[in-house]
Amino acid sequence: MKIPFSYIFRNLWTRKLTTILTAAGMGLVVFVFSAVLMLDAGLKKTMVGTGSLDNVLAIRTGSETEIQSGITRDQAGLLGAMPQVARSKSGDPMVSKESLVLISLTKSGQEKGSNVVARGVSPMGITLRPQVKLIEGRMFRPGSSELVVGRNINREFNGAEIGQSLRFAQRDWVIVGVFDGGGSAFDSEIWGDVEQLMQAFRRLNYSSVIMQLAQQDSFESLLKEIAAEVRLTLDVKREQIFYEDQSRALSTFISILGNVLTVIFSIGAIIGAAITMYSSVAMRTAEIGTLRALGFRRPSILVAFLGESLLLGLVGGLAGLFFASFLQAITISTLNFQSFSQLAFSFTLTPKIVVQTLVFSMFMGFVGGFLPAMRAARMKIVDSLRAA
Amino acid sequence: MYYLKLIFKNVFRAKLRTTLTVTGLVVAIVAFGLLQTVVDAWFAGANSASSARLVTRNAISLVFPMPLYYRERMRSVEGVKLVSYSQWFGGIYKEPSNFFPQFAIDHNTYFDLYPEFLMKPEELLAFQRDRQGAIVGRKLADQFGWKVGDVIPIRGTIYSGNWQFTVRAIFDGKDESTLTRQFFIRWDYINEEVKKRFPRRADQIGVFNILISDPSRAADVSRAIDAEFKNSLAETLTETEKAFQLGFVAQSEAIVVAIRIVSFVVIFIIMAVVANTMAMTARERIAEYATLKALGFSPGYVAALIFGEAMVLAFIGAGIGILLTFPLAKGFASSPAGAAFASFAVSEATVWMQVAAAVVVGTIAAIVPGWRSARVKIVDGLRHVG
Amino acid sequence: MGNTLVEIKNLVKTYTRGDQEVPVLRDITLSIDRGDFISLMGPSGSGKSTLLNLIAGIDKPTAGILRIDGEDISRLSEGQLADWRASNIGFIFQFYNLMPVLTAYENVELPLLLTNLSKAERKERIEMTLNMVGLSDRMDHYPNELSGGQQQRVAIARAIVTDPTILVCDEPTGDLDKQSASDVLGMLKQLNQELGKTIIMVTHDVHAAEAAKRIVHLEKGELLGEVTSP
Repeated sequence: MKIPFSYIFRNLWTRKLTTILTAAGMGLVVFVFSAVLMLDAGLKKTMVGTGSLDNVLAIRTGSETEIQSGITRDQAGLLGAMPQVARSKSGDPMVSKESLVLISLTKSGQEKGSNVVARGVSPMGITLRPQVKLIEGRMFRPGSSELVVGRNINREFNGAEIGQSLRFAQRDWVIVGVFDGGGSAFDSEIWGDVEQLMQAFRRLNYSSVIMQLAQQDSFESLLKEIAAEVRLTLDVKREQIFYEDQSRALSTFISILGNVLTVIFSIGAIIGAAITMYSSVAMRTAEIGTLRALGFRRPSILVAFLGESLLLGLVGGLAGLFFASFLQAITISTLNFQSFSQLAFSFTLTPKIVVQTLVFSMFMGFVGGFLPAMRAARMKIVDSLRAA
Repeated sequence: MYYLKLIFKNVFRAKLRTTLTVTGLVVAIVAFGLLQTVVDAWFAGANSASSARLVTRNAISLVFPMPLYYRERMRSVEGVKLVSYSQWFGGIYKEPSNFFPQFAIDHNTYFDLYPEFLMKPEELLAFQRDRQGAIVGRKLADQFGWKVGDVIPIRGTIYSGNWQFTVRAIFDGKDESTLTRQFFIRWDYINEEVKKRFPRRADQIGVFNILISDPSRAADVSRAIDAEFKNSLAETLTETEKAFQLGFVAQSEAIVVAIRIVSFVVIFIIMAVVANTMAMTARERIAEYATLKALGFSPGYVAALIFGEAMVLAFIGAGIGILLTFPLAKGFASSPAGAAFASFAVSEATVWMQVAAAVVVGTIAAIVPGWRSARVKIVDGLRHVG
Repeated sequence: MGNTLVEIKNLVKTYTRGDQEVPVLRDITLSIDRGDFISLMGPSGSGKSTLLNLIAGIDKPTAGILRIDGEDISRLSEGQLADWRASNIGFIFQFYNLMPVLTAYENVELPLLLTNLSKAERKERIEMTLNMVGLSDRMDHYPNELSGGQQQRVAIARAIVTDPTILVCDEPTGDLDKQSASDVLGMLKQLNQELGKTIIMVTHDVHAAEAAKRIVHLEKGELLGEVTSP
């Protein structure tokens, strides 16, 4: 025999304050839990969106990041001549030779500078990143000291408006446009002409070379070819993989911190649920006796109380998720430990996170309600009736 | 007094519930304390910085070097006592996850600037005599079990290739706040190798570390140094060591802010739990409170009973929580994850914040139940009997 | 006025339940003399407990006059009323309403905490009172270590220890066995006769009601009639 759901629901409804407080505790835990998942998902989305599967990125062996890398002009030329590299209609190799520097800019509302990536790109570099679209102003002219800034740079940093100029390497660089990197890491970058930047910084070497593959599956043969060429001591990765690796430390940090916090916090919430359910059982001892006397079996009682606790968890979970969903409007900009530069990413809610969060909140309800429900189910009919 | 007696007896009436609530409180207070300590650890570098030291870096950003010859010109700036320098090496020991800071330094002057690094004079001398020598902080040496004489292989990222260094000295910190998780090697050795392999990158310095004679003139001296290199290829930015360190913290401010917020969320969670406990307790005792009021006790007395009970609960939980924070922080600091922090010690301010959190939790938790019980009509309350 | 202690004229009490007005007492007029022992009887819902609560000052009338010892208690504020109860009313409840965390001695001491008596004076009074109800040997016992009858005697001790003008009893024997019930009633009678306490008792037990000097019947919020015992 099953105890009707309305009985479970009404019991929670009668004790509104307790129900609200318990669900609020769980809701806060769920909020933190989902916020961490959303942050990690946002970071991954940004990094994956930065790289394209067709593109391959080369840096000097062992240098780990573009900033620390160096590729000579000869090496870059060799890469462009590889047969696996796609050609444009006019027959030019689809290759962007790029140079990265970090420049220090100040965020609005801060006094200290933050490192921002300034990327010098070849004319082909923009074609290779179809996700990058100009949203304001115009593109920089090749051969000039002009810059375009990413959306987040434009929004978060001082002096990054169109018409303003940045001074570094003994030159004034005029900002002529703002681009949208489609939620990728490029949103946190400043772009200019690679040759101009290298001249200003008196650099001889590029930082990295981006190539588009003529065919997606020719990556392995490109790897082999590069390995066979002694002059190319390079690490070559698919662009998407490269950027994923770039954020690994930050991603690990977020998930470790998040997991530790979730475990600690959920102990608190589970205890809250247990207190509520124990008291619910204690207050309804006579009721339990009556139900048993009416013919309900122990498992039905167990299910009824577990159901009450699961419902409590679900309410908390939904509330936490509801408030966490508003976080999607927030963009966080912080230091990526690996590339040593600022990276902006948003909280991103995915269907998977919704499911994970609700399962987690029901789990808290289950764990918190299990012992009290067992106590309720184990009561002897006579004893519990006597409590009336 | 009766008041206290009633409160204490009431606290321990529902043993299971009290135990659960206190456990929750302990977990929350410990979590709060540890999170605050994490935030403190973030600022540890800045807190251990001396105001008598300046740091000069390339104005564009830290990754750009400055030429070595700047040193001579800096020396001539008035108020400058000593100029040393260091260069970020950024190598990998076995795994990237074994991260620790490595600096190539001027072996002759660097430690004159940092008297808080304590080491045996003969060990320092051994380092100064061995071009491939290294000086290692105590925490780092303990973490990897290094001893003097061990050869440490490091894979370069900025300076590519496999490097080997011999530990010549291990230094201790002057006090708790001194960071001892660094790895120092000799700049002259690195520079020589660089000269052979990438001649254009030779004789470059990452930052100059400068000792000044009068800390109160730090701003003037900084300005004078930067003026010296105005409009040169590598313009400089000079600031106090503290400001320099805070610059790093500012870059990851979002994370610090997130941790701060989360540490307060845990207090809210436990507030909900304790408020719930008090609400249930008060509801069960409505008849008792009504009886007290019928006997002539004021509504305020009843509210005070509930308030007192919430406070006692909060303080028991906080007390145990604070006591547990210290060994747990110590345990965390010696774990691999904690080793990533240069310094991880529970500060006095953290303890006071934990106490404050307990007061706030106790007070807030008692408000609604206390108000309800004080206001309940005696007639209605008495009806709850039995 | 003479000997009248409780003066009730055209007393009305109405409860609001939801948006409905439920009359509980309609137009009650009654006076109780000093030293009286009166039983209020009637079926449940007759308003007898409400009348008792009004006299005890734990509920407020909707309309009418309620004077006790010449004082219109319906005009007192909640705080004043609390002080007034502390010095004028002794309560005895059906379920004793003792504090489970306090011993018999401490329970009796409770109302004395609201007076200015010194600790020694309190001790003297408590011991005397507990002696009167025959529980000198149970002073350090907690309520759950006492039988129902004993608990009710502790409650009586608590009610009289402050020497109040009126003892208010709500079904004092309702939860007791026959023997304990008659012990408690005997004690109330004794308090009335020997110490001259005014007692107002609500009960539905005819046997209990007979302990009183007057029996007043209520039904549907109105006084039906009165029997005076010899």
